[in-house]
Amino acid sequence: MTLAQAQPQSLEFDCETGNYHTFCPISCVAWLYQKIEDSFFLVIGTKTCGYFLQNAMGVMIFAEPRYAMAELEEADISAQLNDYEELKRLCLQIKRDRNPSVIVWIGTCTTEIIKTDLEGLAPKLEDEIGIPIVVARANGLDYAFTQGEDTVLAAMANRCPTSADVTTPEEKEERGGIQKFLGLGRKKTDTTTHSDADETHYHDHPNLVLFGSVPDPIVTQMNLELKKQGIKVGGWLPAKRYTELPVLDEGDYVIGMNPFLSRTATTLMRRRKCKLIGAPFPIGPDGTRAWIEKICSVFNIEPKGLEEREAKIWASLEDYIALIRGKSVYFMGDNLLEISLARFLIRCGMTVPEIGIPYMDKRYQAAELALLEKTCHEMNTALPKIIEKPDNYNQLQRIQATRPDLVITGMAHANPLEARGINTKWSVEFTFAQIHGFANARDILELVTRPLRRNNNLKEMGWDKLIKEEAKV
Amino acid sequence: MKLAYWMYAGPAHIGTLRIASSFKNVHAIMHAPLGDDYFNVMRSMLERERDFTPVTTSVVDRNVLARGSQEKVVDNIVRKDQEESPDLIVLTPTCTSSILQEDLENFVERAQLDAKGDVMLADVNHYRVNELQAADRTLQQVVQFYIDKARKQGDLDTTKTAKPSVNILGITTLGFHNNHDRTELVRLMGDLGIEVNLVVPDGASVHDLKKLPQAWFNLAPYREIGPMTTQYLQAEFDQPTVEINPMGIVETARCIRAIQATLRAQGADVDYEPFIDEQTRFISNAAWFSRSIDCQNLTGKKAVVFGDNTHAAALTKVLTREMGIHVLLAGTYCKYDADWFREEVSEYCDEVLISEDHGAIADKIAQLEPAAIFGTQMERHVGKRLNIPCGVIAAPIHIQNFPVGYHPFVGYEGANQLVDLVYNSFTLGMEDHLLEIFGGHDTKDAITKTMSADTDLGWTTDGVKELNRIPGFVRGKVKRNTEKFARDRGISKIDAEVLYAAKEAVGA
Repeated sequence: MTLAQAQPQSLEFDCETGNYHTFCPISCVAWLYQKIEDSFFLVIGTKTCGYFLQNAMGVMIFAEPRYAMAELEEADISAQLNDYEELKRLCLQIKRDRNPSVIVWIGTCTTEIIKTDLEGLAPKLEDEIGIPIVVARANGLDYAFTQGEDTVLAAMANRCPTSADVTTPEEKEERGGIQKFLGLGRKKTDTTTHSDADETHYHDHPNLVLFGSVPDPIVTQMNLELKKQGIKVGGWLPAKRYTELPVLDEGDYVIGMNPFLSRTATTLMRRRKCKLIGAPFPIGPDGTRAWIEKICSVFNIEPKGLEEREAKIWASLEDYIALIRGKSVYFMGDNLLEISLARFLIRCGMTVPEIGIPYMDKRYQAAELALLEKTCHEMNTALPKIIEKPDNYNQLQRIQATRPDLVITGMAHANPLEARGINTKWSVEFTFAQIHGFANARDILELVTRPLRRNNNLKEMGWDKLIKEEAKV
Repeated sequence: MKLAYWMYAGPAHIGTLRIASSFKNVHAIMHAPLGDDYFNVMRSMLERERDFTPVTTSVVDRNVLARGSQEKVVDNIVRKDQEESPDLIVLTPTCTSSILQEDLENFVERAQLDAKGDVMLADVNHYRVNELQAADRTLQQVVQFYIDKARKQGDLDTTKTAKPSVNILGITTLGFHNNHDRTELVRLMGDLGIEVNLVVPDGASVHDLKKLPQAWFNLAPYREIGPMTTQYLQAEFDQPTVEINPMGIVETARCIRAIQATLRAQGADVDYEPFIDEQTRFISNAAWFSRSIDCQNLTGKKAVVFGDNTHAAALTKVLTREMGIHVLLAGTYCKYDADWFREEVSEYCDEVLISEDHGAIADKIAQLEPAAIFGTQMERHVGKRLNIPCGVIAAPIHIQNFPVGYHPFVGYEGANQLVDLVYNSFTLGMEDHLLEIFGGHDTKDAITKTMSADTDLGWTTDGVKELNRIPGFVRGKVKRNTEKFARDRGISKIDAEVLYAAKEAVGA
């Protein structure tokens, strides 16, 4: 009898620096303009950028568009026109037409290459037109897909006021960042009895701000989760409105919702002198529990009922987990949520041979990577190989060779893989779906199991491969 | 700088890639930053393409910028040549990488030393031309490249085929109903006893391009993509061109008559008049529709038409000549080719609009209040807002423009399809109107109503607010499940916390 081949005991990392596909980081405009309701996003780029947002992202403009392109033309590129005057003209028009509370300039690859000094132009123009201008360089030379949000939030982190800036009670309340109707996040200056009654539920802990753009229901759910532990959320970056950006003081605590926000984390630590709580991300019941526990431990609070809570969620997921247990899932790499999703799916009993990821910040994701490793050991499965900047062509060869049960991939490869009898799920769906927190674990599995359920329905038809010959990939 | 909210035509590299990936066994290398490569997504998603899009991005990132991209681009071309042995590799930059002012021609020469297949640089100015112009130009460039190559190798046979034959030029991937138009045109040529020499570029092999001069004539159905190639072939080989878009009964007949004249001039004894008559009066239903009582109701109805040159001009003619509809305004976004459009439509409409600004068209529509619009997805959207029905007749393409069933726009079947499109646009508008009068739609908001009269359940303000945030299409289900959950547990007031507890418990 021979022993099974020894499995590596720690995670293996590789960087292929290959030719890979992800969406452009300016994609973040699609969800951020909806999240920040009083904003206007101006993407300063070329026709290529504009057509991307319109056609590939399918962002349709509506009656009151709150994003637009500042389309660079030949005269801009050859520096025949004055950038300042051009941007001023456009921003004045935006002010006239929409009067937003903030204009976010999204720099692109082109502004990088022609070296437009957006950060230099913004303060002067801001003074001149009287609207704050936030500059984010969401370019594809430095960033991938979801990291676009990271550049915007990092820029906005610098715009959060300190408590010295916020003097009126009204503004304090607004900056509390939390919907009033929940009776949360009120300052001591509040006098309503309701608030006072609530106040008693909370432990006395330092200010905590959560960062990451998540849909409003997730905001409410996470606030409630932390409220159950007696933790009061001091605000969210970003808030629903630019004017409601949270108060940030030196020494305040911050924690991220998403794995792609490393730059925002760094800015909050270095520029705002906040303390970052490094935790796995609140994706899946295991991640959510670890995330809450970490916050509790930092604040010296004994967490209540989390173990039972997690167990209950797992029990409720059993019908979905039965469909995927023992199956393999391959991440081609797209939105930087890969590690968290892989960790959750391994906990569900899946195996993961490879995780492609466009960018890996091992420090910001340290706790998540540690949990991934721990999960693999506990589930007694092989550790996945993590490949940064993968080469899509090589990946497709590996997929053809190993034929995983499910491939989570960008949109460009989904249909061709399906035609070759390989189940796929679009990675972007995880970017847009509500996947955070305890309750939404079910939504992740709803997405993950959908191709498997669909293809179970089609199984008896014998339509596995829908191409004539095995085309060269 | 231009403040832009919407684009009717894409950037130049999209046009180049549409040509390259239409050919069989041609690969394109995009020299571009991450994210510029969404062409692959469009082709795979919009066209539901089963094969991997033959386009690879040679990613330009900070390191590549610092070190220069020649090595990387050349390596990627040679690598792709080895991996897939394409006949041709087309290198294209994008708007962004084109401003790096690199000697891409030199990259191509370098790569050609090691590559077995051919390598070429798409010669397009990314700031001066759009998708359509770039596609037209790239097609001509590829054709010329292979004609020159054959000539150099003494391999160019310009003898005409024995029987009358045609090259159909300009059918591409991601074209508006191009796949169906192709089938219809090939069928039409078959009916006319004309052999199809080549269809280019869709599904063509570059090695066959040297056979182009053997056809008796070239047919370029689209004004946007194809004419540069037909002009080149006409200049080079004196090969006649038919550039009439056979859309609608009248123009289809005019196109066939032009073909007839071309063939007769070359000595073929053809008479297509009986065919045209048979098709028009007895086989196609479009002419009969014009005569039918249904069409009477369309008489004098007012419409606005907007699209690319080909489709907007064709629709304007069909509406006015074949259906008696009054075209208030005909417009195109092909600004670069405005004269042609004006000449084609001026006599059929009150007003001509040449603009790339969707706002200008929307304002016109709002002001003219037509009974129907025939435009792009954008005008459909405008129509929705103004409650005016809109039939989509032109790109920018949308997944809805790749119907699974057969919907050509050209030829006799295309004429039938147009009739359906026009008729349904108007009648659906009427139905909508009636529905509104009789209140036939679903009640808008069920949130505030309780499920039954004796229920003692109530929603708190925050509960309702939270419920309202749940997408409309599942809200009803979530509400029912939550109320069931609350009733089971004897909870009488549902707040946000209860809502989420219920979601957790029942997976609502």
